[in-house]
Amino acid sequence: MSSMLQGRWWSWGFRSAVMLYFLILIVFPIIGIYGQSLSSGWDAFANNITEPLAWKAVLLTIKLAVIATIVNVLVGTMSAWVLIRYRFPGRRLLNSIVDLPFALPTAVAGLMILLLLGPRSVVGEWADKLGFTILFHQPAIIIAMVFVTFPFVIRAVQPLLEEMDSSEEEAAYTLGATKAATFWKVILPSMMPGILSGAMLAFSRALAEFGAVVLVAGNIPGKTLIASVYIFGEIESDNTTGATAVSVLLLTFSFLILWTVNYVQIRRKNG
Amino acid sequence: MHIEVSGLNKKFGNFQAVQDVNFTIEKGQLIGLLGPSGGGKTSILRMLAGLESVDEGNIVFHGKRVNDLPPQERGIGFVFQNYALFKHMTVEDNIAFGLEVKKWTKAKIKARVAELIELTGLSGFEKRYPHQLSGGQRQRVAFARALAPEPQLLLLDEPFAAIDAKIRHELRSWLRDMIDRLGITSIFVTHDQDEAIEVADQIMIINKGRLEQKGTPWEIYKNPQTPFVAGFIGESTIVEDVSSLRGFENASDWPGTKALIRPEYVEIGKASEFELLSATELGRVRHLHFRGSEWLVEVEVGKSRLVTYRSLEKEVLHPGDNIQVLIHRAYLFNDNDSWVMENKLKEDPMPVHI
Amino acid sequence: MRRLWIGLTVVVFGLLLIVPVVRIAMGAMNEGWSGFANGLSRPETLHALYMTGLIVVIVTLINTMFGVMLSLYLVRASWLGLKLKQLMNSIVDLPFAVSPVIGGLMIVLLLGPETAIGALFNKAGVDILYALPGMIIATLFVTFPLVVREVMPVLQEIGSSQEEAASTLGASAWTTFWRVTWPSIRWSVVYGVVLTVARALGEFGAVLVVSGNILFKTQTATTLVYQDVENFNLTAANSIALVLAAGSVTLLLLMEWAKSRKEVH
Repeated sequence: MSSMLQGRWWSWGFRSAVMLYFLILIVFPIIGIYGQSLSSGWDAFANNITEPLAWKAVLLTIKLAVIATIVNVLVGTMSAWVLIRYRFPGRRLLNSIVDLPFALPTAVAGLMILLLLGPRSVVGEWADKLGFTILFHQPAIIIAMVFVTFPFVIRAVQPLLEEMDSSEEEAAYTLGATKAATFWKVILPSMMPGILSGAMLAFSRALAEFGAVVLVAGNIPGKTLIASVYIFGEIESDNTTGATAVSVLLLTFSFLILWTVNYVQIRRKNG
Repeated sequence: MHIEVSGLNKKFGNFQAVQDVNFTIEKGQLIGLLGPSGGGKTSILRMLAGLESVDEGNIVFHGKRVNDLPPQERGIGFVFQNYALFKHMTVEDNIAFGLEVKKWTKAKIKARVAELIELTGLSGFEKRYPHQLSGGQRQRVAFARALAPEPQLLLLDEPFAAIDAKIRHELRSWLRDMIDRLGITSIFVTHDQDEAIEVADQIMIINKGRLEQKGTPWEIYKNPQTPFVAGFIGESTIVEDVSSLRGFENASDWPGTKALIRPEYVEIGKASEFELLSATELGRVRHLHFRGSEWLVEVEVGKSRLVTYRSLEKEVLHPGDNIQVLIHRAYLFNDNDSWVMENKLKEDPMPVHI
Repeated sequence: MRRLWIGLTVVVFGLLLIVPVVRIAMGAMNEGWSGFANGLSRPETLHALYMTGLIVVIVTLINTMFGVMLSLYLVRASWLGLKLKQLMNSIVDLPFAVSPVIGGLMIVLLLGPETAIGALFNKAGVDILYALPGMIIATLFVTFPLVVREVMPVLQEIGSSQEEAASTLGASAWTTFWRVTWPSIRWSVVYGVVLTVARALGEFGAVLVVSGNILFKTQTATTLVYQDVENFNLTAANSIALVLAAGSVTLLLLMEWAKSRKEVH
């Protein structure tokens, strides 16, 4: 009996500890930031987000993240296809380094791009001759975003390609479909859920990226200042209300995306 | 172990899985819980094991209420539908698990495991992992593992469902022998009536969360107490207008009554084959199906269709043949009541109670 | 067609993933071995690496423990309602969607010296913001979902019947966990741990906000890289980056290994 009672005490202790940890670490901070953003009233909040530099930063972030996501959808779908469907020397190596951007500190990623695209680098000189600069301009930000979100689409599409039944494809051929028609009508639709959820994840990560971008963007307000860097600047200059307002805007956007992904995945599983 | 269950109720959300179930089980019996899938059999079994909580009612083992005892303290063995063998442990380790948990000495564990391996015919497979065994072998390991700690009650959830039809037969009689030899009270769940009839001492028919009937297989077959049981056990056809059949004209006294007629209640043949020709009526053969050891004959009598068997030794029939049909008895039921009615025109009633 | 696609993929991987890492190595070595060694042996580098190591160890320990327990509760617990479980399940992912800078800002808002909680701790003589505790909390926040997301699907897949079998055989919850559940989930836990280590090692934005990047006090390896770049001390930055990249590649190998073990169970 005493051992049972002890067991019950233990399990109560574990349960409360885990629930508390969850509440304090995840739930409170998020509630906190939403609460704080409205603590000095709706007007202050509205003022902060209508600040031209603030909404320009948010719009720029969204624009660049969209471009980075499109690049990743194209490149990622192709890479997933090649890595699953074709056998060639080095395939395993390529497959294992897909995750490198997840493992590499983002600040290191930023530094890498800085070195590769800098004015004294080969690429930098070429671009200079052609009359435009990459570093400290929008292309550099896009490259940074593409780099850190590179694995998402590949990793979401690969399992779908792997579990795809080749008989579907063969059925299409026996019905007289050409290779191209089979790809567009049979293969692509079955990769679509993976492409979509991968793209959503990549997009929300690109929106949030800071480390890789801050080093290469130049951070010129209104031109290359993205939202997370803007927030960082506001915090540094002790304007937490401004930082909070933009954060809430960005957060809400990311949450919506995340929940859409979850919803799509759940529907896929049930359907 | 003597088991007493009273007023058992269980809901999952809005779904009433088990509804007011009462029964007692004597020590040493082998009970089959039989019924359609999703009828609540497994829920009852899991409540007995303590794997599911009881909403209402009492479960009493040996005169002691066990509702609030966790599964660890109920002294039961449980064989899961897919065996739930610990997949990262060898056969030996699987069987020894319950003994190690109970802190038996090493020597005793070794002896008990060897005994069970011997008993279940698993010698030579001690070091194998579950994924290296066939379905029948896994079932034996699950059985040995459940028996190892010497439980008072053995619960088996669809123990043969995942096994090939051929081996299933063999395993059934093996299990029956084993349980007889050990004398352990056992309850198994199945949706296969042949299995229940062949293996169990007593059958409990469960439908929609209710206990429809409890009794020996013969009692249930002979004297079904509800239309569900009558229809579920054995083969049968339902006849809407029973009073049109010869010998059952009285049935029109109970309007709205239907009849359930089993193939073995019906006899067919040429007029010369019957002693009591007056009790028969004319029918017509619709279809014949060869069943390997007998014919299954579909006959049309008036508007009703009946099914019966015919021995291969007798003259071969053809579709369209006219034939005499004798209906010995019918199981009549309406919304309120159900009873067995014998053919009134038979002078010499067939001895029912042998 | 086939060759074109393979070629294109190899080129993309080469340009995007391999060339940059090689470039870091070249950058670290462009003043020879001594430049690399000098960059690393600076006292601030050593202190920053020590801070990073300390944070990684503490964060990984805490989040592994709580992550595994939370996964168990979210998958198995009957004392949590289904609706609550679903809600918690979708909240677990939120740190993925939160920019690290915003994660840092949340901690500033909740635990900064002007807030009630911050003031309380301040009185007790414990600094949270611009000190180690804040940096640990920030890293805990961003790495929280990693273990949970790895372990939960495996728990769902193996089902509860082996655990139920153990309980009918008399095993306590504790014994059941260690002897039955753990062997099935351990490689997923290892994979989650590797991801957590990688993320904790590389965390930059959240830590930069809460640490204040104070030399010899709250500077970590990644924030030091940032500072060195800002100060145009590229060789030193490259040296630290190379060490971090080497760590990442090691972790990548570990990931591959854990993944292959996970598949066999």
